Amino acid sequence: MLLKNIKSLTITAVSILALAACSGPDAPDNPDAKILHRGNSAEPLTLDPHLASGTWENNIIGDMFIGLFTENAAGEPIPGMAKSWTTSEDGLTWEFELIDTIWSDGVPVTAHDFVFALRRLLSPDTQSQYAALVYPIKNAALVHNEEATPDALGVTALGPKTLRIDLEYPAPYFPGLLTHYTTFPVPAHVVKEFGARWIQPENIQVNGPYKLVQWRTNDFVQVERNPGFYDNENVCLDEIYYYAIADANTAERQVREGRLDVNNDFPGRKMEFLHKELPGYVRVHPFLGTTYFSFNTNVKPFDDRRVREALSMALDRDHITQNVIKSGYISAYSLVPPGIGNYPQGAIVHWAKLSFEERRARAKELLMEAGFGPDNPLQFEYTHRSTGDNPVAAPGVQSDWNAIAPWVNVTIAQIETQILYANLRAGDFSIGDGGWIADYNDASNFLYLMETRAGPQNYANYSNPVYDQLMDAVNREMDMVERADMMKRAEQMMLDDMPIIPMWYLVNKALVNPKVTGWVDNIVHTHRSRYLCFAE
Amino acid sequence: MKLSGIFGDMGTKISMFGYFLRRLLIAIPTLFVIITLAFFMMRAAPGSPFDIERPMPPKIKERIEAAYHLDRPIYVQYGYYLKDLARGDLGPSMKYKDKSVADLIREGLPISATIGGSAMLLSLVLGGFLGSFAAIRQNTGADYAVMGFSTTGISIPPFVTGPVLALVFGVYLHWLPTGGLDRGHMTFTHLLLPVVTLALPQIAIISRLTRASMIEVLRSNFIRTAHAKGLSERTVLFRHAMRAAVLPLVSYAGPATAALLTGTLVVEQIFALPGIGRQFVIGALQRDYTVVMGVVILYAALIIMFNLLADLVYGFLDPKVRYQ
Repeated sequence: MLLKNIKSLTITAVSILALAACSGPDAPDNPDAKILHRGNSAEPLTLDPHLASGTWENNIIGDMFIGLFTENAAGEPIPGMAKSWTTSEDGLTWEFELIDTIWSDGVPVTAHDFVFALRRLLSPDTQSQYAALVYPIKNAALVHNEEATPDALGVTALGPKTLRIDLEYPAPYFPGLLTHYTTFPVPAHVVKEFGARWIQPENIQVNGPYKLVQWRTNDFVQVERNPGFYDNENVCLDEIYYYAIADANTAERQVREGRLDVNNDFPGRKMEFLHKELPGYVRVHPFLGTTYFSFNTNVKPFDDRRVREALSMALDRDHITQNVIKSGYISAYSLVPPGIGNYPQGAIVHWAKLSFEERRARAKELLMEAGFGPDNPLQFEYTHRSTGDNPVAAPGVQSDWNAIAPWVNVTIAQIETQILYANLRAGDFSIGDGGWIADYNDASNFLYLMETRAGPQNYANYSNPVYDQLMDAVNREMDMVERADMMKRAEQMMLDDMPIIPMWYLVNKALVNPKVTGWVDNIVHTHRSRYLCFAE
Repeated sequence: MKLSGIFGDMGTKISMFGYFLRRLLIAIPTLFVIITLAFFMMRAAPGSPFDIERPMPPKIKERIEAAYHLDRPIYVQYGYYLKDLARGDLGPSMKYKDKSVADLIREGLPISATIGGSAMLLSLVLGGFLGSFAAIRQNTGADYAVMGFSTTGISIPPFVTGPVLALVFGVYLHWLPTGGLDRGHMTFTHLLLPVVTLALPQIAIISRLTRASMIEVLRSNFIRTAHAKGLSERTVLFRHAMRAAVLPLVSYAGPATAALLTGTLVVEQIFALPGIGRQFVIGALQRDYTVVMGVVILYAALIIMFNLLADLVYGFLDPKVRYQ
């Protein structure tokens, strides 16, 4: 009897599980629909342009919303909602004429949506973590810190289709900044009606090429074509699935299986293997990112420039990038990565051309000049992030430093990435690894990190009044050639002081099925789905 | 006779119900201790959900922390948490700005439950079968093969088995997908590798338990009696031996549930499955306090419940057990 019961129970359970497991998709897809499956690194924490902070969120948000400017296939700023614009002579006032277009529910997109959006972004109630990016807009910082009312913000609707933005200082990179999701308009009528839930699939309205259909946490986000999009006739793909696959190895397997058409990363150390296994898939391109170590210049002995320079010289970046990390990174001898906008490069550490043996010998001399030697050994801790290639590189860094002289003794400590950044900001470190990826394509976005006013983001606590004055002038300079020269001088001055150790320039990596067309490798690693298609 | 039978039955039922109730009452303080420990341990971990690479203006950070009571002393936060919990409110996720903890659990639980349930079933059926098979063929090649497999199964953890299975059956043979679901739908092919990965160590343990217990039972007097009575081998095995041999398995069901639940943390990560195990891992790394707490409470409740169920089933199977 009992056995019978167990047997029947088992059969029932198996049937239920089998049924549950075998439930197929609800409705068959339109067989003609062009669907792209994109691996998108991580789960979006939000799809609200005002709350987002990750590049993986940008990939989806930028497919749904279009700002005054947007990106072309090569990631360069092109007009989006802006039809035309004028700039005042002093560069402080920008007046935009908007194109005639609608939200996906048919309501026209107006200048008021922009005013509403920027005020919402800067309202402390919105709790945006990224709003400081629009501080170049007049009174933005004051409004954000509740020292001015929202109507003091320098954003005005002069008519339904005319928008004026006043700036604190001329920002020649402003069109690039306007491609950032924090500056996107949101449908005021929808946000007012649904509040925080306006972004849910059942409520959301968009002005971009795709509209949200479903969002399954840690699985995928699905969007479909928005027929009301102003350039819909040039959009090829009907649906996009963005998969939150954080593990680059898992994503790589899915690309090899053909389940993903595109993944915006791959494990760097597998580059050679992937070139062989997946010919035509591997994409590597310089990126707007630099990995650099910061000295805590507040503590001894890192307040001594000679010690900082010695430790920077003694690192064999070529060996670490090419033989240890093997991800295609480029040895860095400056903070600002090559290829960045509005900057011809040129600033470089003065010893970059020396051979590594010469540098190591010079490093030893410098440390001895600073008072270190067998009787006064140099001991310190190097802390590094637990993610990415940093744990792989750390032993190489340690061994390079220990090889300067027997009396140099370095310990390494791996710290969870977000904790390490908190320590860097709090000044709780000796030498710490960190990195920066630009928010927009302009060199000033790197150089401001070393300004005194960058506060906790200036991990090294570097403070040089001349540098600060120069960077302040950069923000006000209208002549782009002169501005670039000023930035170069500022960067050189900072590199000579060596508060940081530039280690390597990042590259962006992607696996793209060769049948996907329209993918243009670019320095901002932004690839809007509206430009992608499948080869016939 | 009939009457006493009824009373006897009722008596058992009453004592069983009393036992069930007692165990439930014990479960409340147990859960409370778990919640308390998890709450304070989570807060003791360095960092906060709002530590991001780009610092926020202090006023905004204050505003956000106030919204989650993070500006208050930790015991006050604990009080707020318990108050919300008493109302059945697990709170909003601190990282997923558009979702609540209940939303996240609702989305992830069916997937984790299907993987865990299927793995449990597979382990019991296959482990039970292999163990009995090895016991009947004790000290033969078949027995050694099963025990060899079992030792291997116990020794190799899922974070090794998973990627190897995915590589062989997904990448090289192209028979099965290497991860994820079919656009949000659980299909047999998508769940096969995760379920097998999760079940393998349990199959190994269960087959060893069954073998040991079956060998002991087969040597016992009542089996000899059954044989002497001329019962067929099949009847002796399935009607008499199996029932007794299955007892250690039932007491193992509690620990097995715990092992499967913790196993899903690893397996969901390897196969990129959107279950609550993955939620938990991501939540812990991001210091999403409320999500971690929500999953801990759910897991703890499930483990307590399955242990209780195992004890009740044990009583059904073994007449010697009395609920006191």
